Amino acid sequence: MTVTPKTPPANAPVTAPANKNKVNLEKKDYSGSASTLCTGCGHDSITAHIITATYQNGIHPYQIAKMSGIGCSSKTPAYFMSKSFGFNSMHGRMAPVTTGAKVVNGSLHMIGMSGDGDTASIGVGGFTHLIRRNVQMCYIVANNGVYGLTKGQFSATADKGAKQKSGAYNPFDTIDICSLALTLGCTFVARSFSGDAKQLVPLLQAAQKHRGTALIDVISPCITFNNHDGSTKSYTYVREHDVSLQELGLVQPMEEIKVDYREGSTQRVQMPDGSELILKKLGANEHSVSDKINALKLLQESANAGQILTGLFYINESSPSLNEELNLVSEGLFELNESQLKPSKTQFEEILADFL
Amino acid sequence: MNVNKSINKNNFVITIATVNGSGSQSANNILLKTLFRMGVPVGGKNVFPSNIAGLPTWFWIRAEENGYVARRAKADIFVGMNPQTLLEDLKTLRSGGFFIYNSDLGTQLQSDLAQTIVKEASIQLIPISFKPLVDQSTDSIKVKKLVINMIYVGVLAKLLNLDLEVLNLSIADQFENKDSVITVNKKAAELGYHYAETTLKDIPFPYQAITTEKNKNKVLMEGNTAAALGWLFGGCTFTAWYPITPSSSIVEKYIQLAQKYRKTSEGKNKFAVIQAEDELSSICMVLGAGWAGARSVTATSGPGLSLMAEAAGFSYFTEIPSVIWDVQRVGPSTGMPTRTAQGDLLSAVHLSHGDTKNPCLLPGNIQECFEFGQTAFDLAERLQQLVIVLSDLDLGMNLWMENKLTYPEKPFDRGKVLNAEDLEKIGQFERYGDPDKDGIPYRTLPGTWHEKASYFTRGSGHNAKAAYTEKSDEYQFIVDRLAKKWETAKTMVPAPVYLQSDPNLASKDQASKTQGGKVQTKAQIGIIAYGSSDLAVKEAMHLLKEKNIETHYCRIRAVPLTPDILDFIQQHEVNFVVDQNRDGQMCELLKSEFNQVFHLIESIRHYDGTPITAESILEPIVKFLVNMAERRN
Ligand SMILES: Cc1ncc(C[n+]2csc(CCOP(=O)(O)OP(=O)(O)O)c2C)c(N)n1
Ligand code: SF4
Repeated sequence: MTVTPKTPPANAPVTAPANKNKVNLEKKDYSGSASTLCTGCGHDSITAHIITATYQNGIHPYQIAKMSGIGCSSKTPAYFMSKSFGFNSMHGRMAPVTTGAKVVNGSLHMIGMSGDGDTASIGVGGFTHLIRRNVQMCYIVANNGVYGLTKGQFSATADKGAKQKSGAYNPFDTIDICSLALTLGCTFVARSFSGDAKQLVPLLQAAQKHRGTALIDVISPCITFNNHDGSTKSYTYVREHDVSLQELGLVQPMEEIKVDYREGSTQRVQMPDGSELILKKLGANEHSVSDKINALKLLQESANAGQILTGLFYINESSPSLNEELNLVSEGLFELNESQLKPSKTQFEEILADFL
Repeated sequence: MNVNKSINKNNFVITIATVNGSGSQSANNILLKTLFRMGVPVGGKNVFPSNIAGLPTWFWIRAEENGYVARRAKADIFVGMNPQTLLEDLKTLRSGGFFIYNSDLGTQLQSDLAQTIVKEASIQLIPISFKPLVDQSTDSIKVKKLVINMIYVGVLAKLLNLDLEVLNLSIADQFENKDSVITVNKKAAELGYHYAETTLKDIPFPYQAITTEKNKNKVLMEGNTAAALGWLFGGCTFTAWYPITPSSSIVEKYIQLAQKYRKTSEGKNKFAVIQAEDELSSICMVLGAGWAGARSVTATSGPGLSLMAEAAGFSYFTEIPSVIWDVQRVGPSTGMPTRTAQGDLLSAVHLSHGDTKNPCLLPGNIQECFEFGQTAFDLAERLQQLVIVLSDLDLGMNLWMENKLTYPEKPFDRGKVLNAEDLEKIGQFERYGDPDKDGIPYRTLPGTWHEKASYFTRGSGHNAKAAYTEKSDEYQFIVDRLAKKWETAKTMVPAPVYLQSDPNLASKDQASKTQGGKVQTKAQIGIIAYGSSDLAVKEAMHLLKEKNIETHYCRIRAVPLTPDILDFIQQHEVNFVVDQNRDGQMCELLKSEFNQVFHLIESIRHYDGTPITAESILEPIVKFLVNMAERRN
């Protein structure tokens, strides 16, 4: 197991006034309603990290749309950024709903929160095709290996041999969301742990700036139904088996790079808005985040070794997003008015001529 | 040619039997278009199998001088080009009809059975050996297979006395600018024409096409094309779909149109079309786009509609504008995917679980396919609801005559949307309140730059402020308001069209319309129908009138059903409700909406997959009246 160093994250803005971000908001402006999840639920930690990341990125809540499906995890958009629009859709349908909204209003920042049941079972069709299309969004899977909201049944991400509270074990192979996403051509693939602010916050920040679909599979223990001995998604199990691939930091545009890393190889990734993601190797794994094949290999090897590999596995800032691919006008489709949309009378006659 | 004394001018049915994939479509279109351009009132129906190539397919052309071009069951003239069906085809001819066929195809018609049919029905067989004619028209093996169809067009051109200039123009149009194709097709038609002129001159052929001015201001179009035009002019900007017959051609046509007419000068698109992974995703994308403020639509047919059910209820409860254009086909299940029906009515109205009710539009002609393209978006945005348009295969994929469409001047109705300035002026914004007391709340669009703008959309229980709730009174406030919205919708959906029986009911523009369900003359019989049954109903009324039976007609164009329909029902001793489904779904809907007049409603159902005919409406009415008379005696 790798112990993550206890240094503070290196991504606090340097120019904004104290307690305010670059859009002049305080962190409390990013809060939501009080959570109704079980005390200790991993999902609540993710909520907290989303708030921190979005605040630090200085994205105004008015520019954000919070999207989700159905499940305990999908309830969380109510618990962050009350000033943003929220869309708690149907079970498994976050992906297509977000696709439609993003295509017609490209200026919205899409933050999606889904569960492992929501994404890997009922919603797996929409999920895979969202990735194929590279819809620009930050897609978080709060992965607890069970259906929390329907009281603890196994989900498709439960590990083979994992035990339910009742003692029943899971005989089926797990769907590894990150491997799946990589093979589908996802342009940003990461895994983290809800309890790891140091890793998850910069990942969320980078994901929010990514050009296409940014997927973060966040292991997020279900304290009520999947935190017992024999579970491979419990707090204890994850802490004991978590292996971080890198140490991450995000440097905002115009910010001085102050990341003080120890020796070892670092990799820098330029984000579309000019910020820089800095990755520093941890442990023995040599990995370049532009090497998809190696990412798949590492994921497979670590799974075989019983480890939970976390970090950023792959990033590609050169593939066009769906909106770019659709070659849309610069305004949102939603704001085009009648005079921009209705062809002229002459064109109407021209069309009808074919039918006379 | 000998001309029979009783000449049928512009009054005949031609059926052409071919093999799917044999290229007969172009030839058939040329024939139909020639008749249409000569001013002969016509309709064309393609009866095709669920198959890409090899199975039998038929094309029906009906010419009728008054414009009654609904399907008529039996043909006057048959062109048999498919050896698989020759014998069966013989049985679909009217007695005294003409059966032109390719005699190279075998000896089927020399069998005893064939000879008996021919004799009993006094069929005039016209065997033609197509091979030498094809050989004369081209040397290319590939082209031979295609031009064979133009030869029967040439034969018919002579027999029917078609205007050759118009024929050549239609050939040129069909093959656009491909000169070599045009030349070989013209040549084949000429060879057929010449053959008929020399070889068939002694056959007394009583059917003639006469040039008239009747189609001067008309178009010949498929409903799906009209729908695509409607979307284009109705301001649609977002489409997600999953291909399914018979709806695919709407989206394909729309893409063509939008590529041409919805681009900026820099080549940027003012529309988006996404071919989704399934219908679950199609409708969800449409909801996402509708929520974000775009006019968004999906096209589908029965199986897809079923998959959209959960999202329909979500849309109803979260009040998101969206449109489903359902081109109905025969069910249940995969059913007969290339045959027509009106079987989705009840499921569309109540699509989804819980107390869901969706407004539905029921286009009955090409004009309405076009017009409802805009109406559907206007209503969806005004009512903040899913609107389902129910077309069908007959209307969507067949060729119908229509008065030339006019440029839509009606402005878009974008409904109750508050922008940042509006929000600044008002005290508070409640997403799911009812400030206007019409059941329709106000909405804001994501991205609106105002502190009051945001709200939370959820399919779970919510109160007027869009906050989660499980409180009975708060929940009930919302669903009661939705019921009120349904009442408001009745004042906004397209009203029924009423017609009085009139022997000259050639087309709807000539017929007198009455307002508010009130009809001027006294008829004891009402006919209620919707969608593609329209022409068959009008023809049935005409035929009934010839029998001195006066009828009134109410064509329903939308659900919710409006109260004037009740007036109509009450004014008639009996009302026949025409459905193209087994269970009389509109009849059921009327009986449950207006249960006080249950006893005045009778159901007429046509559900064999073929387009409805006047006879199938007329016969049950006559039978009912005879029975009633007998009971009274
Ligand atoms: C169509 C449909 N089927 C089933 C359900 C019931 N359901 C609600 S949440 C859920 C599972 C949620 O699991 P997951 O996505 O892993 O989220 P978690 O609760 O574990 O965070 C199920 C099956 C539903 N809401 N809708
Ligand atoms: S049941 Fe599990 S997933 Fe749901 S809120 Fe409780 S701890 Fe979280």
